Amino acid sequence: MTEVPYIVEVRKVKKSFKEVQAVKGVSLTIKPGEFIALLGPNGAGKTTLVEMIEGIQHPDQGEIFIAGKQWKSHRHELHLLIGLSLQETRFMDKLTAYETMRLFASFYKLNSNRVDEIFTLIGLDDKKKAFVDNLSGGQRQKLALGVALLNNPQILLLDEPTTGLDPNARREIWNILLDLRKRQNTSLILTTHYMEEAEYLCDRIVIMDQGNILAEGTLHEILTLGGGHRSLDELFISLTGRHLYE
Amino acid sequence: MNKITNHQLFRLIVAHFAEIIREPAVIFWGVVFPILMAWGLGIAFTQKGGAQVNLAIVTSDSNHKKLHDPKLFSFLEANAVKKDSSFSLALTNQKLGDTKLSYFVTSSSNAFKMLKKGEVSVIIEADSTGSRYYFDPANAEAKAAYRIASNVSAYGIASYGSNQQEIRPLSLSGTRYIDFLIPGLLGMGIMMASCWGISYTIIDRRSKKLLRRMVATPMRKSNLLFALITARFVMNLAEALLLFLFAWLYFGVKIQGSWPALILLFIAGNIAFSGISILISSRTANSEVGNGIINAIVTPMMVVSGVFFSYHNFPDWIIPAIQWLPLTLIADSFRNIFNEGAGFTDVWREALALTSMGIGSFAMGMKLFKWY
Ligand SMILES: Nc1ncnc2c1ncn2[C@@H]1O[C@H](COP(=O)(O)OP(=O)(O)OP(=O)(O)O)[C@@H](O)[C@H]1O
Ligand SMILES: [Mg+2]
Repeated sequence: MTEVPYIVEVRKVKKSFKEVQAVKGVSLTIKPGEFIALLGPNGAGKTTLVEMIEGIQHPDQGEIFIAGKQWKSHRHELHLLIGLSLQETRFMDKLTAYETMRLFASFYKLNSNRVDEIFTLIGLDDKKKAFVDNLSGGQRQKLALGVALLNNPQILLLDEPTTGLDPNARREIWNILLDLRKRQNTSLILTTHYMEEAEYLCDRIVIMDQGNILAEGTLHEILTLGGGHRSLDELFISLTGRHLYE
Repeated sequence: MNKITNHQLFRLIVAHFAEIIREPAVIFWGVVFPILMAWGLGIAFTQKGGAQVNLAIVTSDSNHKKLHDPKLFSFLEANAVKKDSSFSLALTNQKLGDTKLSYFVTSSSNAFKMLKKGEVSVIIEADSTGSRYYFDPANAEAKAAYRIASNVSAYGIASYGSNQQEIRPLSLSGTRYIDFLIPGLLGMGIMMASCWGISYTIIDRRSKKLLRRMVATPMRKSNLLFALITARFVMNLAEALLLFLFAWLYFGVKIQGSWPALILLFIAGNIAFSGISILISSRTANSEVGNGIINAIVTPMMVVSGVFFSYHNFPDWIIPAIQWLPLTLIADSFRNIFNEGAGFTDVWREALALTSMGIGSFAMGMKLFKWY
């Protein structure tokens, strides 16, 4: 699959919900092993875009290719290729963390060895027997990340994976992700509201607002783009007249 | 790798089953509550041993004019046990069973209070001109109480035990209220457990975005639904067996008909309500809306399908419609098997109808189903 120059290719994709145009014709390409961050205010269309790439939502217009294939015709194959965590998922309250992971592992025909590996990887070994109900918010997010990593995905799509985590836990997750790229050239699409996360983790930053991509490139590129801004917020003001985050 | 315990269907069934049995409320509503209901209603409506009839004797009219019927009082003084202002009269009849009449002597206003509360079923106004019996003729229990009380005061207490020759007691099993109730409760159990267990779980999963997370994997959607239905079925079977066991040991409820036919019907009933549950949970992600839909399906059937009392009290024109409701089909056929000794040939049509309803609803549900 790595012969394809782009592991993900999004072409002029549009998506509306009744009156709201959530995504208004977005194009985006991602190379194998590339980490990109989607940044933008609430309602910018980040989740909608990511879920279309994940095959969960269907574009009204435009096309999406993953490893050269489309969801319509290669659903099962693409499911094996991607790993994801949604912006908000509650797993079954009455299952333990271990049972939850076993359940998702079975979808990929993986056995308990892989489940044990994942728990060590995400550092939740001591919470295997805890009910999901009794996990803290951060522990649940780690569990969701673990589920995303089960099948050794080539493409990882994480929708705000570190929102609400303490700085230490956030850094742990960053290290897990960087390590993954080093070992197996995983690509990552990450949505976030933390500029330092985008900066520390990602090769490329994509700034979205109101369903459009406003700017795209390395941090250095997009700051110099509009004539030497000192921060993303400053850039955002010059592009939209509004603060990125009030 | 190919171990069964790693298979997604196995893990899905295990997960759903764990989810059911780890919820204490599920155990209470599914297992304890039906048994309590059977016990309570069974005790209340099934007479064991002697019958008890309560009557009030009014001794003064509304103007506080003293009433007195020497005949009635001398009869009671002679035959009944007196305690404070009440008399208790024991009547024996080998074949009808013994009956105890309790007479409470009280004021007329208090007597009517007691009647309204159901503490007495007949009020006797007694004065020198004789006795007058006040009761609701539409109330069969009150009518019987009147007949017994007026007969014994006219012909003596021995009259209750007379005519032994002409009475031929039938000891048919399957004619008590509890025999009517248990098959209905078993049917209702299938309906409630499926609708709440399957529909509510699906709606809740959808609202928590778990459904979309699960189908964003190579999981087969059919396996998820099959596991949900299977786990429910196993639980329904356990609940039904426990309820039956209780009814059999405590009330002596028996299955006179064919066991295989009963099992067939049980499966058909589960198919029907599983399908219906999938259909009603096919779209909404809002648990409040889900609550409403489930109640709108379940409550009318609970009332009209003859779980607690016969639907033959409804107007004639609506009865054919009631008879084709899934819960009615289950309850009626269960009753046929339990109490009338029915077998395969008597219930296959109902089983077929239930299965078709289930498959039809399932197919329609799948067409509408929102996974995301
Ligand atoms: N299922 C839906 N039905 C109707 N409107 C929707 C739906 N999903 C998203 N939208 C709308 O589309 C727009 C983009 O939403 P989206 O969730 O993609 O934003 P986002 O960038 O992920 O925001 P956030 O940072 O808050 O997560 C919003 O205006 C939202 O209200
Ligand atoms: Mg979002």
